[in-house]
Amino acid sequence: MQETLVAALAAQKSFAGRSQLRTWLTGILKHKIVDSIRRSSKEEPLESEASLEDLDALFDATGHWREPPQPWPEQALETKDFFKVLEDCLTRLPARTAQVFLMREHLGAETKEICKELGVTSTHAWVLLYRARQALRECLQMNWFGAR
Amino acid sequence: MECREAARLISQGMDAPLPWWQRAALRFHLAICDACTNFSRQVRLLREAIRRLA
Repeated sequence: MQETLVAALAAQKSFAGRSQLRTWLTGILKHKIVDSIRRSSKEEPLESEASLEDLDALFDATGHWREPPQPWPEQALETKDFFKVLEDCLTRLPARTAQVFLMREHLGAETKEICKELGVTSTHAWVLLYRARQALRECLQMNWFGAR
Repeated sequence: MECREAARLISQGMDAPLPWWQRAALRFHLAICDACTNFSRQVRLLREAIRRLA
């Protein structure tokens, strides 16, 4: 089944709300990430996450962007509301994609460590990280940068 | 190199060092492609934002 990124995001399990994300982030910072990843890897099958099909939908047949990325003003980082939107976007990611992404970007884990915890190949980890980045930039473009 | 490949490598290059020939091809592509240059800056801004997230 070929899912577009949008459909995948809509259909996948997501965090019920921002307060839960906060709780979860706090949990991560208390080194509970291993437990939560093991739990969710039992819940979510790996196969559907390994394909690049949904990401390829962002490009046309000649490999060009369907919607070329725009310049983003860096002042966003000085704005509190921007971080609220970012958190909302994070809650829309499939739970484990968010976990892998935050393990990498928030905790600064290396790919090797992520692979070891999840029992996946580095190629698979890169697909998850790439998917998280594409989904988040699409969400931020729609709800912050493009909305201003 | 096409944008589809460039974007994937930009992301991968943030998680692991790319082989020299991929770095070279990517640099060449970025020199002529505004969209991928923007993408590269966006994902770096995203990284910085996530680091600042309490």
